[in-house]
Amino acid sequence: MAHVNENIKSYRGFRSITLLCLVVLYAPLVIVTIYSFNASQSITNWEGISLRWYADVFTGPESEKFKVAAFNSFTIAIIAATASTAIATLAATAMVRGGNFKLRTVSFGLISLPLMVPEIVTAVATLIFFNAIGFTRGYMTILVAHIAFCIPFAYLPISARMQGIEDSFEQAAMDLYATRRQAFTRILMPLMAPGIISGFLLAFIVSLDDFIITNFVKGAGVETLPTAIFGSVKQGIKPNIMAISTMLLSISIVMVTISYFVSKSDNTK
Amino acid sequence: MAAGAASGGSARADTYKDARGWLLLPSWAVLGIFVLGPVCMMLIYSFLTKEFRGGVIWEPSLAAYDQFFFDRGLFGDEPPTIEWTYITIFWRSIWQAGAATLLSLLIGFPTAYFIATRPEHVRPVWVFLITIPYWVNLLIRTVSMKFLLRDQGPLNDFLIGTGLIDNPIHIVNTNFAVQLGLFYSYLPFMVLPVYAAVERYNFSLSEAAADLYASKWTTLRRIVLPAVKPGVVAGCILVFVPSMGSFLAPDLLGGAKNFMIGSLIEEQFKGNAGNWPFGAAASMILLTMVLIILMFSARQQAKADKAGG
Repeated sequence: MAHVNENIKSYRGFRSITLLCLVVLYAPLVIVTIYSFNASQSITNWEGISLRWYADVFTGPESEKFKVAAFNSFTIAIIAATASTAIATLAATAMVRGGNFKLRTVSFGLISLPLMVPEIVTAVATLIFFNAIGFTRGYMTILVAHIAFCIPFAYLPISARMQGIEDSFEQAAMDLYATRRQAFTRILMPLMAPGIISGFLLAFIVSLDDFIITNFVKGAGVETLPTAIFGSVKQGIKPNIMAISTMLLSISIVMVTISYFVSKSDNTK
Repeated sequence: MAAGAASGGSARADTYKDARGWLLLPSWAVLGIFVLGPVCMMLIYSFLTKEFRGGVIWEPSLAAYDQFFFDRGLFGDEPPTIEWTYITIFWRSIWQAGAATLLSLLIGFPTAYFIATRPEHVRPVWVFLITIPYWVNLLIRTVSMKFLLRDQGPLNDFLIGTGLIDNPIHIVNTNFAVQLGLFYSYLPFMVLPVYAAVERYNFSLSEAAADLYASKWTTLRRIVLPAVKPGVVAGCILVFVPSMGSFLAPDLLGGAKNFMIGSLIEEQFKGNAGNWPFGAAASMILLTMVLIILMFSARQQAKADKAGG
């Protein structure tokens, strides 16, 4: 393509709008992070930097509740992300390495179903389902729901990665008498690693962050961090909630950043 | 065979052709049983009779849909008139989601365009910057927004401090706060597809337009916009659909007066006073609206693909 004069491409004001966009996106997060270090009892006045609200999260009157919620959140996120990543990897192998088949479109529709159905509808449907089959709501119902709706988030980076890997590598291995299983575990899987890691991390964050579906299927007494935070915020935003939010948002940002760099790394060359 | 698969284009690698069924089984089973199955179950529940402490009685009934659309008086014996309460809530949701979509488009389009016209190696960095906030917990983002916008919050403090205003602006518990919250929640969904479309746009066309004395804004309106329309439509749908069924933004930023579908549905299931068949019916109506929009957009997309050759 011929080089186009920059003057023709650029529009005055678009740069400012982009910067405004970034400010809008980041300002609330930055402000909450700053105020989580506020020494003051009130959320309005600034009284200097302190870690007291972080200490409060771990040792304060609500610490027991947060500990249990954090345990539930993290164990559910790890199990759900592991299970959905495994399921998504198998599905991606069939979809990308399985030739053409009739039910391809249907399979893809089913895999992306949790992305198309509004979250609140999935939440209602899951609640009704567990009620209809007489399953008591609690930790297990949250876990099962999370495994299901994390699948597309794990699937997308994994299948994108697999599409980028030519199957000549596996074919070469099999020409040299590797069994298909060996070609899968020794050739395809290592090449797939970045896609699988980034799929796992995204599924992990999606599970860790979910509020709406968890809120419907959790049953009485079982809390995850988001539902515990929501319950607290209903009575007003407190400084310890800002500290816990800052920790959670740091975890998400770190994981997305890792996922970004891992998926960018190219080990097929 | 390998070379054919790599260069043929249409031929797909089929190393695992015969294992396809086993590989797909887990995803079919989990999604079929725990997503598709429940949605079908929800459809059935919407046609059942309500139990007063939540749950249902297994007796077929149209009461849920009847309650949604018709008002039959306090004792249910008056001639039916249109019940506006729930239609109004749906209408408000559509309106709020529409406003949020427009806001996202006004900010998101220039942003996407700006990013797509950066040098190639820095574009991913910009895209990454735009997507990071999306991965932060939606609840935390919405709470942060509320904290920022409060009457005594940092935004009002800042504006009063600089002398721009004398009294705090009330933003929380208004329609505008909800729109802002939705905009904030789903903005990356607008930027990404528009960005992808602008990146594929051939800028020689803009140059040709300029050579023929089109002003820059005319070029944008008559040349660029029609060319990137599929991306814009995709972005609008990706913002509109989740906005319509959202629960957190209206609940935390809107207050009781700005009730949307999500809150109406939630109210039927949380707590004891709920009406499950009615909640299921409201969910079905929402889902039907969403599916119609998605089907419409899929058809548009297919048409655009065909036209694009």
